[in-house]
Amino acid sequence: MSLTDADVRRIAHLARLAVSDTEVEAARGQLNGIFDMVEALRAVDTTGIEPMAHAVEMGQRLRDDAVTAPDLRDKYQAAAPAVEDGLYLVPKVIE
Amino acid sequence: MTWEVVIGLETHTQLSTRSKIFSGASTAFGAAPNTQASAVDLALPGVLPVLNREAVACAIKFGLAVGATIAPRSIFARKNYFYPDLPKGYQISQYELPVVAGGGLKIRVGENEKFIHLTRAHLEEDAGKSLHEGFTDVSGIDLNRAGTPLLEIVTEPDMRSAAEAVAYAKALHTLVVWLGICDGNMQEGSFRCDANVSVRRKGDEKLGTRCEIKNVNSFRFLERAIEYEIRRQIELIEDGGTVVQETRLYDADRDETRSMRSKEDAMDYRYFPDPDLLPLMISEEWIANIRKEMPELPDAKQARFQSEYSLSAYDAATLTASKAVADYYERVLAKFRSEPKLAANWVTGDLSAALNRHELEIGASPVSAAALAGLLKRIADGTLSGKMAKDVFDAMWNGEGDADAIIDQRGLKQMSDSGAIEAIVDQVLAANPKSVEEFRAGKEKAFNALVGQVMKASQGKANPAQVNEVLKRKLAAGT
Repeated sequence: MSLTDADVRRIAHLARLAVSDTEVEAARGQLNGIFDMVEALRAVDTTGIEPMAHAVEMGQRLRDDAVTAPDLRDKYQAAAPAVEDGLYLVPKVIE
Repeated sequence: MTWEVVIGLETHTQLSTRSKIFSGASTAFGAAPNTQASAVDLALPGVLPVLNREAVACAIKFGLAVGATIAPRSIFARKNYFYPDLPKGYQISQYELPVVAGGGLKIRVGENEKFIHLTRAHLEEDAGKSLHEGFTDVSGIDLNRAGTPLLEIVTEPDMRSAAEAVAYAKALHTLVVWLGICDGNMQEGSFRCDANVSVRRKGDEKLGTRCEIKNVNSFRFLERAIEYEIRRQIELIEDGGTVVQETRLYDADRDETRSMRSKEDAMDYRYFPDPDLLPLMISEEWIANIRKEMPELPDAKQARFQSEYSLSAYDAATLTASKAVADYYERVLAKFRSEPKLAANWVTGDLSAALNRHELEIGASPVSAAALAGLLKRIADGTLSGKMAKDVFDAMWNGEGDADAIIDQRGLKQMSDSGAIEAIVDQVLAANPKSVEEFRAGKEKAFNALVGQVMKASQGKANPAQVNEVLKRKLAAGT
């Protein structure tokens, strides 16, 4: 499979990345290089092998249902660009 | 043209855990903004999610209750999209291997029963809240809700009317509250339904293009939103148009749905397994332990109420509409077992009416199950007539004490002493010769007037059945 410029622009848009025409050109080449490697992997016969979801062969550790996190709002919000009445302020979200 | 409606529901139920699904922040509703948003919920660099055991236990309970398969191994995935109330830029959800698959729920619409199949139920985290009111150029973000555990329950497209969809939503709501895995508070967003609605010509195999209605937070709005959407789609097609696959928002004020986002800019979520989380392993042993602790489910309880207490299907269904009501009823019976039908009448009748009037849940009833049982005993043994019992109940509701104390205080004992009743009847017959004459002339109404006089003379305490019997006997003897 080979990506077109339009594919690259769409992927960039989904990732909210602004790309110029020259960057699209470069990214297309790099992404297609990655796809070539994926194609090489796909060529391996994996019949009968259950796909792994993680590189580590372990189950997820679980925690007890207890409230352990203290309220550190003031500390967290000290790093925020804009807050008001405890809320983080962001550019207006239009539905 | 006859149209067939096809509906599937996706319900987000907030699980009743104390802490969040991947962090130790509290899930309590109504805290000051962002005071329950931890570093994990804020997606600060370097944090790792750790899964809450109780959230998984809730999913297992649900799976067992609906006869589904609990996956021995399920996987968390990242669902990628950008929104200010989603700090990570992705939601942790489950995609390819959900924790619960299959199963279903029985619903009733009128006399008809139907089984609604479930596709799946998966664990995921809730997003935060965006607040727009009171701001002009900005929005305020509260991340207290971010990371609250959700079980998203997805049906097959099995429903064929808005009424069926509402019946399913109500049955599901009853079940999750019954299991104690969700508080069911729709106002606070603990139970939220999205409906996928499409129409097709009767007999068509292929499904029509569907629209998804979001933002429905009551059963009434769910019904109205679906009804509106069905009408809109049918009118659109009959006018030569085509339905566009899109997400629509229900506006309760205008009672209509309107387009939120169309397929053109439809989300491409680019799901992939979350490398921060290992596969969730659920052992047979864990499932078996939870199975042992499962409460009796609504259908089983209803069947048992019918057989064990000889109740009608209607009474049994009403009493098992919620676990709290069913438990209250059985606590009444624990104190007074001999007349289950009388107990059913009072729980579904006077008690339920009083609770509705005062907008109280049964758990907050000022008349306890034991207290109600005390009242029922006095009805059953003839101390109280039906009318007197209602007065005593009102007094109990107002905190005047238990039934026996109120009966003593007010001197309310029903008169069942036949000698005393005969004496009053004799007096009344002697004092009302005109009514006696009229009765003998064939005027039935005169008999009721005489009963009324006897009841009045006894200050309402005479047992009405006995009064009837004594009066009839004496009037017959007099001819």
